[in-house]
Amino acid sequence: MQINLTVNGKARKTDVEDRTLLVDYLRENLRLTGTHVGCDTSSCGACTVHLDGVAVKSCTLLAAQADGCVVLTIEGLAPNASAGELHPLQEGFKECHGLQCGFCTPGMIMTAADLLSRQRNPSEHDIREALEGNICRCTGYHNIVKAIQWAAEHTPAPLLADHHVWTNEPATAAVAAV
Amino acid sequence: MSNKFIGQSIKRVEDKRFITGKGRYTDDIVLPGMLHAHFVRSPYAHARVVSIDMTEAKAMPGVIAIYTGDDVAHINGVPCGWQVNFRNGETMREPKHPMLIPTGDTAKHAGDAVAIIIAETKAIATDAAESVVVEWDELPAVASPADALKPGVPKVHEQFPDNTAFDWSLGNPIDEVDAAMAAAAHVTTLEFVNQRVVPNAMEPRAYIGQYDEVSDKYTLYTSTQNPHLIRLLMCAFVLGIPEHKVRVVGPDVGGGFGSKIFHYTEEALVTWASKQIGQPVKWTSDRSEAFLMDAHGRDHVTKAEMGFDKDGNVMGLRIKTVANMGAYLSTFAPAVPTYLHGTLLQGLYVTPKINIDMTCVFTHTVAVDAYRGAGRPEATYLLERLMDLAALEMGRDPAELRFQNFIPKFDGVTEPGYQTQVALQYDSGDYAPVLERGLEMLGYKDFRAEQKKAAKTNKLLGVGFSTYVEACGIAPSAVVGALGARAGLYESAQVRVQPTGKVSVFTGSHSHGQGHETTFVQVVADKLGIPMEDVDLIHGDSDTVAFGMGTYGSRSLAVGGSAIVKSIDKVLEKGAKIAAHKLECAEGDLEYADGKWTVKGTDKSIGFGDVALTAYVPHVYPAGLEPGLDFSSFYDPANFTYPFGCHIAVVEIDKETGKTTLKRMIAVDDVGNVINPMIVDGQIHGGLTQGIGQALFEGAIYDENAQLTNGTYMDYCMPRADDLPMFETDRRTTPCPHNPLGVKGAGEAGAIGSTPSVVNAVIDALWSGGHKVKDILMPMTPERVWRAMQN
Repeated sequence: MQINLTVNGKARKTDVEDRTLLVDYLRENLRLTGTHVGCDTSSCGACTVHLDGVAVKSCTLLAAQADGCVVLTIEGLAPNASAGELHPLQEGFKECHGLQCGFCTPGMIMTAADLLSRQRNPSEHDIREALEGNICRCTGYHNIVKAIQWAAEHTPAPLLADHHVWTNEPATAAVAAV
Repeated sequence: MSNKFIGQSIKRVEDKRFITGKGRYTDDIVLPGMLHAHFVRSPYAHARVVSIDMTEAKAMPGVIAIYTGDDVAHINGVPCGWQVNFRNGETMREPKHPMLIPTGDTAKHAGDAVAIIIAETKAIATDAAESVVVEWDELPAVASPADALKPGVPKVHEQFPDNTAFDWSLGNPIDEVDAAMAAAAHVTTLEFVNQRVVPNAMEPRAYIGQYDEVSDKYTLYTSTQNPHLIRLLMCAFVLGIPEHKVRVVGPDVGGGFGSKIFHYTEEALVTWASKQIGQPVKWTSDRSEAFLMDAHGRDHVTKAEMGFDKDGNVMGLRIKTVANMGAYLSTFAPAVPTYLHGTLLQGLYVTPKINIDMTCVFTHTVAVDAYRGAGRPEATYLLERLMDLAALEMGRDPAELRFQNFIPKFDGVTEPGYQTQVALQYDSGDYAPVLERGLEMLGYKDFRAEQKKAAKTNKLLGVGFSTYVEACGIAPSAVVGALGARAGLYESAQVRVQPTGKVSVFTGSHSHGQGHETTFVQVVADKLGIPMEDVDLIHGDSDTVAFGMGTYGSRSLAVGGSAIVKSIDKVLEKGAKIAAHKLECAEGDLEYADGKWTVKGTDKSIGFGDVALTAYVPHVYPAGLEPGLDFSSFYDPANFTYPFGCHIAVVEIDKETGKTTLKRMIAVDDVGNVINPMIVDGQIHGGLTQGIGQALFEGAIYDENAQLTNGTYMDYCMPRADDLPMFETDRRTTPCPHNPLGVKGAGEAGAIGSTPSVVNAVIDALWSGGHKVKDILMPMTPERVWRAMQN
């Protein structure tokens, strides 16, 4: 089947096998390999991306379900990624040593971006609750929590208000149908 | 030399690619013409392969090849890298671990593979596997190490009817230990299970085999902790390919924790198959497969006894343990319960008589091998559980009991190392300060008052202590060779100064989260007095790095870092010759600092870059000196290193539900000198969490058919962010006296000390509520804790 969607600000029109998972579409068709697969039960969150501004586990969605949607992956998170700019969360993870092997990191950052878009100043408790669907085996989460706190302190408000300022795409309600 | 980077929390150089999604893990690599593999695995823990019908699968469009055990019967099994013989001298029993189970033979654990399917896409390979019809003759199985030795239980290997791989003992003669225990005023006895846990690196194992006909050369991309070791094992012992015809690359690797040290059958099979087919073959494990196939950790059943005199001095320690090896002997497996465990039973205490009696058994389960700490967590667990329990039983304070029994301070320089009763000689140690600092951070006196108050409410409070010593920085080759290792455990490093004065450092260590690209560069930049930007670390490729033993056993900086320092010393020595020639002075008149050689007492100097250029453009050059500035070194350590520390857990238990909440986790570790405190803290945090996970959440559960019943993240409880508090860490520093950086290693410490502290805290909480239980099975689920409170 053919799907039309916007990924990291670029319109994509692709023929995919009906059963193609969104994560496989991103990794294999688009070669966006920053989104990872760490489990087969939607438990680990390494595959977290944003679908119409909401964090979703891309291993649990068909690419077909993203038809007509706006997808944001780790590669497109920073407003000006191609110029080497970092999103405050990316900076926070580096600043606070919020990553070791790096495998869970993109999913952690995308989940945290979703949290910060909903909550400007989350407490430690809020952050830990929000990360409940993401597993890290290296850091013990301590520095991930600190990284997200750092980002909350250093994120300019407009960036939080709307993920889509840099995609120039309107948020749709498609995710509600998922 | 400069003093800008060592000891500083420099932000990691490698982070940029990971935080932007540009990390390059094996599964991210796509090669032209690449095919995909899927394995047909045994659904039974023990079953005979009667027949395999592949007719339908072979006919499916996109299926390229299917190989069964009969096709690869000529290939050797994956070897074991360590030989531990029976006490009576009988050779260790080492059953073949075949590539695939041939028809007529038996699968020996659930997941044992019978066929590899190679197809154009992963989906086609997976579909085809569904069409393969294997006729199985299911046989009874055994999973628990305690059951494996019972009469009449199913045999894992027909030729070894007692299911024993080997037995082993260490320490003082048993009659001396028996006498010490008989004379003891108090003996604390604990029978417990150190349960099986699953390493669960977040990146599942992935391999790509590629054969190039033109050069007659193979490349294996592998998610490994030690590319050269994999090359050695696969070439020399499995496939019989000359090593110079194989390149092994370990690109970015998403965590290891031991599970990616070992050479696995799938690595050899994709490599072999790529030549048969003439196209690259990729296999990526899924998580369920990882639970079945990655080597697990721990799995001991133990009876431990510690004897004290009437004053509370430890008089003896007697241990009897059965350790599970799984169905086959994995790469390091025999060393883990023996030389990485029995040798640590001295702990921090002056125990005069120690004996361990160990039996290692086969079961119908996947192999058990090194998992973060590897043997040392098991040793620390039994010692520290005994120590806290003894204090409760004798009405002593657990901290005081430890202070009383600590080995006195020794620096290993002005006074000798400490000779234990169990073979090792500790390098340097000063144990009281870490516990003193831990108690201070805890606010011990206030805590006990708070605990008394809590006991009257519906929440119990408990504190648990653990003071550990470990042996890492493995290892002196001669020592491990005498103990059965089939490899040396040195490390190699090459420091190549480029003509412009930029430096490429090649290390045989492998970074899969440890931050070598930062830490090692800090060392090099400081030693050479140049900016960090001028230094690049290269690792993980057998074609660029001369040799390497890899990263495990908290060895990278202590062994790999020392090899780098050796090469830097050679660079500076030769550089001084060139500088002296250029400055027309004697070498002895020069001093090196901040990236330049200066004639002492003058302002005459020459920079590192100018010397480098001269070495490659040797127009004005010392007679007889070779051009170039590029040195390799191998470093074989003189001893293990012995980090130590104190971990303290505070828990709260809900009397109604039995739920344990970890309120505080304090860790004061002495890992020797520290290059990057931020990274060391990160290592400690991660280790603590794995140790806490074992205490409270994790554990492989096998049923009576030896089926793993919790082999997914829906069923196996991984520690998550909302299970944990912020950690409280501090450090003390006792330098290692025998390596040039004075470093000891920090990778495993967190996982070694934390588990018993958490269990001790739960037991302490229960005693404070009047429930005098000695043990609760790990993981200490709410149900288990609740049941313990009902007695």
